[in-house]
Amino acid sequence: MHKLMCKRLFALLVITPLLLINTTLAEVIHSERSLYRNILVEDKGDVRCLKFNVKSSKTRQSCYYKSNPEKLLFNYTKQLLTALLINPEPQNILIIGLGGGTMSNTLHQLLPNSRIDNIEIDQSVIKVARQYFAFLENDKIKTYSQDGRVFVKRAVLKKQKYDWIILDAFNGDYIPEHLMTKEFLLEVKMLLSDEGILTANTFSSSQLYPYESATYKAVFGDFYQVTNKDNSNRIILAKNHGFTDAFGEGASVMVHKENAAKLSEALLKVGVDANKLFQRIQSTKNKQNWPEDSPVLTDQFSPANLLNLSGD
Amino acid sequence: MQTSKNSLNYNDLFIYLLAFSSGFSIMCVELLAGRILAPFFGSSVHIWGSIITVFMLSLSLGYLFGGKISTRSASLTRYGAIFIFAGITLLPIVTSSNWLMESIFLAIEDSRYGSLLASTVLFFIPTIILGMLSPYSVRLLVKNSNESGQIAGRLYFVSTLGSALGTIITSFYFVMWFEIDSIIVTVSLVLSVLGLTAIVVDKVTAKDKSALTEGEIRHA
Repeated sequence: MHKLMCKRLFALLVITPLLLINTTLAEVIHSERSLYRNILVEDKGDVRCLKFNVKSSKTRQSCYYKSNPEKLLFNYTKQLLTALLINPEPQNILIIGLGGGTMSNTLHQLLPNSRIDNIEIDQSVIKVARQYFAFLENDKIKTYSQDGRVFVKRAVLKKQKYDWIILDAFNGDYIPEHLMTKEFLLEVKMLLSDEGILTANTFSSSQLYPYESATYKAVFGDFYQVTNKDNSNRIILAKNHGFTDAFGEGASVMVHKENAAKLSEALLKVGVDANKLFQRIQSTKNKQNWPEDSPVLTDQFSPANLLNLSGD
Repeated sequence: MQTSKNSLNYNDLFIYLLAFSSGFSIMCVELLAGRILAPFFGSSVHIWGSIITVFMLSLSLGYLFGGKISTRSASLTRYGAIFIFAGITLLPIVTSSNWLMESIFLAIEDSRYGSLLASTVLFFIPTIILGMLSPYSVRLLVKNSNESGQIAGRLYFVSTLGSALGTIITSFYFVMWFEIDSIIVTVSLVLSVLGLTAIVVDKVTAKDKSALTEGEIRHA
């Protein structure tokens, strides 16, 4: 009886605090105030994270395993890879919004022969990615410190083409509203090669959802969307000339499955199960979960941040 | 005597209202400037640097010119004309900003200088004219040098209050309710209508005054 009490007491006094420490023990190894936000680098065991504007619960972060820099940690970054099921060999890739550079690193691991251009508005974020996140640059991987819209406009003028454009410039606290309009998406579309694909990491829990969805549909027609379990964000997958089939139907399904099989081994190395990628994809052809008459966001009308304030 | 004093007060109130509107319009347009430039020049910090520089520079010149022209036969009619002129010079923002910004975007690679030139082309002239209104209002309101400081203070209070409200209402509500072009056109219309009203008021009170003086002469 006594012994049991002692054990319980021991558990209460020693183990509980240890557990608490274990879950909260994150060491801030770097912090700085850039022109655009607060940047924080945190270590928690093997995981290192890049955080913006710490206190907000909405804030998205970019994390990586120090021991395995190519392995993807987050659901949404994994979901972005669904584009590979449709186009498994993109030659030219454009990433708008660098974060820690983990996406770029992973894609270089998966597709060592592809060219990757990273666009990041904040010079400090680029510096932190290089210094703390093993962000790799070489003759295939380039980084430009520029506003995404300006880069895209100039690239269209130079008649550049990309097979895969990843739009990940929305960190949750502040949305660059000019990267969410119909006009911007039309410019992005001009930048896509014939079979080119756009994947965008977007919002799904605010009033912005129907507006954003209507805008993508106005530019690309029906698109695929991937949501995660807690429904906090969704990936939009749009193709230059639209999708002819709904996902999982028609002739394309065999191609997708083939691609998945081809890629499964490489994907597993970066922490992604190719078969799981299939499960949460839906075509807006089958299920459109926003009202048909939702307004489209334009350069004239884009109150994205105000809409994102109000949850539904 | 009583009536003439009253009508003077109404006149003054009207001028304060106009000064309020010009303050409101300046900041409403300045806030939208960020939105107007973003599609071509992005939303980096230097975009706001360009916009604020151009607005401050043109306001400073506007104060200078406004003070200067107020020394020559200042009248409510001329004051109203400045309002109408300001309204008209805002319109190119709606009609021509796209091709103007596109040509600047093509000509200048560096988005710092691109945005500086674009905000100069679009906002320099209307902001100079809106800036002219402040010293001109002081000229119309001041009757003797003793009260000039108090009136200037009251005028800055009213027009800067207008600026504060123009900023918050535009950024909190207008951008959610209306398109940018509709907001600019409305501002332009409101300024023009206020200007026209000022001219009409001037004509009417001038008539009243001449009628009054005629009466006084007859009485004598």
